[in-house]
Amino acid sequence: MRPVYAFHGGIHPPENKQQSTSQPIRFAGLPQRLIIPLQQHAGAPAQPLVSPGQHVLKGELIGEPQGKISAAIHAPTSGTIDSIALLPVAHPSGMSDWCITLIPDGKDTWAPRHPVADFRQLEREELLERVRYAGIVGLGGGGFPTEIKLHPPLHDNVETLILNGAECEPYITADDMLMRERAEEIVRGMEIMAFILRPQTCLIGIEDNKPEAITALRKAVEGTRIEVVVVPTKYPSGGEKQLVKLLTDIEIPHGHIPADVGVMCQNVGTALAVYRAIRHGEPLISRITTLTGDALAEPGNFETLIGTPVRYLLEQAGVDYGATRRLIKGGPMMGFTLETPDVPVVKTTNCLIAATAEEFPDPAPEQPCIRCGQCAEACPMDLLPQQLFWFARAQEFDKAEHFNLFDCIECGACAYVCPSSIPLVQYYRYAKGEMREQLADTLKSDRARQRFEARQARLEREQAEKEAKRKARAEAAAKAQAEKASTPVDERAAKAAAVQAALARKGMTTPEAPAPALPDRAELQAQLDKAQEKLAKMQQALDDARNSNSDQVEKLERAVAKNQERVLQAEQALQAAKPAATPAPERQPDLTELQAQLDKAREKLAKMQQALDDARSNNPAQVEKLERAVAKNQERVANAEAALNIAQAPAASATAAEVPDLPTLRDQLDKARNKLAIMEQALADADAPEQVEKLQRAVAKNRERVALAEQALEQAKSTATSE
Amino acid sequence: MLTSVLIAVAVLLGLAALFGGLLGYAAERFRVEGNPIVEQIDALLPQTQCGQCGYPGCRPYAEAIASGDAINKCPPGGEATIHALADLLDVEPQPLDAEHGAAQAKRVAVIREDECIGCTKCIQACPVDAILGAAKHMHTVIESECTGCDLCVEPCPVDCIDMVEIQPDIRGWHWDKPTPAQRLQIIASDRQGATA
Repeated sequence: MRPVYAFHGGIHPPENKQQSTSQPIRFAGLPQRLIIPLQQHAGAPAQPLVSPGQHVLKGELIGEPQGKISAAIHAPTSGTIDSIALLPVAHPSGMSDWCITLIPDGKDTWAPRHPVADFRQLEREELLERVRYAGIVGLGGGGFPTEIKLHPPLHDNVETLILNGAECEPYITADDMLMRERAEEIVRGMEIMAFILRPQTCLIGIEDNKPEAITALRKAVEGTRIEVVVVPTKYPSGGEKQLVKLLTDIEIPHGHIPADVGVMCQNVGTALAVYRAIRHGEPLISRITTLTGDALAEPGNFETLIGTPVRYLLEQAGVDYGATRRLIKGGPMMGFTLETPDVPVVKTTNCLIAATAEEFPDPAPEQPCIRCGQCAEACPMDLLPQQLFWFARAQEFDKAEHFNLFDCIECGACAYVCPSSIPLVQYYRYAKGEMREQLADTLKSDRARQRFEARQARLEREQAEKEAKRKARAEAAAKAQAEKASTPVDERAAKAAAVQAALARKGMTTPEAPAPALPDRAELQAQLDKAQEKLAKMQQALDDARNSNSDQVEKLERAVAKNQERVLQAEQALQAAKPAATPAPERQPDLTELQAQLDKAREKLAKMQQALDDARSNNPAQVEKLERAVAKNQERVANAEAALNIAQAPAASATAAEVPDLPTLRDQLDKARNKLAIMEQALADADAPEQVEKLQRAVAKNRERVALAEQALEQAKSTATSE
Repeated sequence: MLTSVLIAVAVLLGLAALFGGLLGYAAERFRVEGNPIVEQIDALLPQTQCGQCGYPGCRPYAEAIASGDAINKCPPGGEATIHALADLLDVEPQPLDAEHGAAQAKRVAVIREDECIGCTKCIQACPVDAILGAAKHMHTVIESECTGCDLCVEPCPVDCIDMVEIQPDIRGWHWDKPTPAQRLQIIASDRQGATA
């Protein structure tokens, strides 16, 4: 006989279990419509796989597990999908959630099932996959996906597998009836779980207020290594941590799960679901639900299809809605009030209590805490409920957390014993909710901060990149500028060298190089003109100064002298350039040469002609030869004539083109000079400063024009003379 | 006599020099970069990055608070943030400064996608990169990342962004605090009368 340990605290509320154990489990029947919420479990909601109007068979997958912690949902019977919509669900908030509505066709036709006669033939992974796709969740009330829980922990082994049949909460008898009637299947289910987890010990924990169930189980476990352990009736011995403590004396540390200490707890209903999923290939489409309460004529346990509306189900037990004061989902200790019976039964609906006013009177009004400490004595988790209450009420959540609020299992033992009728659990639930919300907010704000900072960093980086690019471009430009500035000297030198080389080459073929001298002369002429102009101005200014006896006379005298020098220099340069610029007659020798050649050729031709005439009369043998020679000479003469013509033509055209330009240029120059004179006169007369400025500019422009015209004229003259 | 006095003085001077050196070294070696209180303040701010406080983001406001600015300029944080800041900085909590806006329910931006012209202006305005889209293509808000800061509404040239209040959801729901009205139903003597 295995020893049974004890846990701290606990209470002994009236059990009220006998009302619903008098009758065997009944089948609740097929309602008009089934409402199957997508979320009936802990974790992510299932992803619907069907669309309205689609016909489905019993056991067909209609919702796929989404993400790691999630569970599949199946059609509880054959029929047509009516809608996927937000409908009220059994939730303390009374809010709606996404539900698939199925209209049964009444035929209850099974989809193909894949039963496995001997689960030992399958791999563990295969078994787990089947459990996952059978949509099995913890049926004790938690609704945690069983497949996740059954995954063998990577590091620590599960030494003890515990099947929880304690069912400590008053009124609820679903597990009790299941163990009485289907002990064999429960034990087979446990064997499958044990096959997956390979524990050293397999225990079934059951409270001593269920003698029939104990007998049935003891019979079923005969010949197996599973042991049935009877624990004393005390609420909440069915709590996972409490049962582990009762059976193994192991206290699960704060923040850990039983698997961390080598223990795993599963509900008896879950074991049965696993058995049916593996042995018969049936997914979780129904469960045992206890219907009890004084407002029911025939309380009892019903095998209920998932999705059955509570209203329909209560009618099966003969509900008197008039007498029903409160409708509770779950037990009286941990359950919550349903606002409406128009919500569906889900995988975790273990009990529905239709209570009369006498049965569940309104809670007594809350009174001040008198610090009696009874709650601390009752607490099965060894917490300080009264401290937690103060902190929750004062919204000092960090302090409540420090006092291990999150270890509270919300069993309600503290509120049950509270002489001041303080709804302690409500305060804890409120504090937990607030803290979870704050945590979620913190996580969200952390993420926002991260995203904000990442964005800032990105913008800065982009800015820096732009800046760097801009800098690089500027640098490149500056470099190019610097190169330009440094190379001009070289370039100029190179150019000069090239020009020199070209000149040298030209000098070899032609003795004189008149071309470069031409612009120089024009330039020099222009410079000379400018210098003369300036000199004239200076002279005038000097005269003016002398007349007005200005002290600037000296300065001006010096300036005039300098300008005279410059004019002299310019004149000299011009004189020096002129002889060099006189171009040598280039075409002349060619032309005369050609003429001479032509004359020679004509002479030769005449001679030949004569010789030919002589030969015709005297020497007929030579006639042919001479004829050919004459023809050749004729050709030569023609060639020479053509060459001469070509040589003469450009020379003629050049002179023809330039000569008419000279007078026009002279005209232009005269016009420009006139204009300039007028302008200067106007400038001298002008008083207004703006006008002066304008006129000055105009004068400068005109001077430039005059200079240009002069230059052009000079150029034209020089070309004309060179012809 | 004189020697013992001199020895004492010398020893004390030596000790003073030694510890002074140690302290100086420690001050250099373990210098704290930045102001640690800024981190703590920043952690309390809601990180909407909305700029309603007048600073370009939550961190700049945290820095401003650390250097003495008022703690009541954050409408998205509301009273809770002001109280948390007051606790942290050990100052009196002040009511929210109305000049910077009123506390509002949590909201998210939603783009009316049919009307979006794909101008990317809102994308550039979003401080947390929660808007997805490309030029001349429809944009959309990643609702889970949206802080509800409103900054994308103004730049939209076609006004196709709505700020939508987040409706309470079954998954985000939690129990309310037991109402005081429930507690004040009767006074203690009434109950005694009832049970007697």
